[in-house]
Amino acid sequence: MMFIAAIKRDLLVMFRNPAEVLNPLMFFVIVISLFPLGISPSEKALAEIAPGVIWVAALLATLLSMDLLFRSDYEDGSLEQMAISERPLIVIVGGKIVSHWLMSGLPLTLLSPLLAMMLFVNESGIIAIAISLLLGTPILSLLGAVGAALTVGLRKGGVLIAILILPLYIPILILATELIKTGITGGDYSGHMFWLGALLAFSIGLAPIAASAGVKISLSH
Amino acid sequence: MLQVADLYCERQRRMLFEHLSFAVSPGELLLIKGRNGSGKTTLLKILTGLFEDYSGEVTWSLDSWPLFISHKPGVKGQLSARENLTWLARLHQSSVSANQIDDALYAVGLAGFEDVNCDSMSEGQRKRVNLARLFLIDSPAWILDEPLSAIDVDGVALLQERIERYLDGGGMVIMTSHQALELSRETRVINISEPQ
Repeated sequence: MMFIAAIKRDLLVMFRNPAEVLNPLMFFVIVISLFPLGISPSEKALAEIAPGVIWVAALLATLLSMDLLFRSDYEDGSLEQMAISERPLIVIVGGKIVSHWLMSGLPLTLLSPLLAMMLFVNESGIIAIAISLLLGTPILSLLGAVGAALTVGLRKGGVLIAILILPLYIPILILATELIKTGITGGDYSGHMFWLGALLAFSIGLAPIAASAGVKISLSH
Repeated sequence: MLQVADLYCERQRRMLFEHLSFAVSPGELLLIKGRNGSGKTTLLKILTGLFEDYSGEVTWSLDSWPLFISHKPGVKGQLSARENLTWLARLHQSSVSANQIDDALYAVGLAGFEDVNCDSMSEGQRKRVNLARLFLIDSPAWILDEPLSAIDVDGVALLQERIERYLDGGGMVIMTSHQALELSRETRVINISEPQ
């Protein structure tokens, strides 16, 4: 199947280029571990800011890695071949987004309980953080792909992606941090979860279409 | 069969060509000539459908997609020659066996380089990996943008022979080249720098 083949190809390319893949992950860990040093190592102060710190770091780490999604394929002409192939571009772009999430959002989610413990988040809060990242990071990858597709033809696309995509990231950030705050106080956060799930479903439906249209626009320069 | 009628295109407010019309039938080769920056690559991109900002008509009547070799390498540095060709063949919906890929790589003189990452190859070798597609994938038409650049003398002869055999088999070729081609048949040439 083309979708699976596209995921495999991208994962293979990323595994052979581990430095680029590890950068956002290192960024995530470094930013979070600097907060206790910069603010105060006290339990009260850290637990209070933990949801925001973890989510802002995850959001910026994703944004940092977004530019890589199409960049090298654009430069070496692979993207051109994908766009003119007989296979629908949307399937290939979908595969690329999934492999991006597998190498950025998923490791962030898996690392988050450890970092949450460092910030003195309680047990129910840790579960809430993991759930919010599991539902939220795929949305970040999907929306980011649209920005990456539109800016890939430009030489300095990095900053432009941030300007294009950050406004779309803000509702996710607010929802996710509210979810975690509710989780920390032991409340019921299923409402937030459903909202994040709905936004995820919405972006799965629309972002690949927009991203492949963006790729076509970028290629026709 | 490819038919192009009354093509007009401008980029950066500069007219590249107007009233451009031509047709290519199976078994024919069309060589597109023109100065640097005269729009040869743009014309090929229009034919592949990558560039859509033009007026006029481009009509393909083929049962499957043309093969496009652009001036970009088209191969991924982190993947081996074999992995690259497997992927590129998949994009054209032809499932190829490992043997066919090895044969194509042998044909372009890259036997023994099947599992070498394209990053550690020379420019010319990467070009040859890309050109191996011409020996691997079945396609009724080829669109070749400067296929002879970065290729050595042996490679040029090899490619000429392949193009000749392909045309005999009823394929059609539309290409640009600054190097002269020595084919046994008549080649049609259009020069887009000159008014039509």
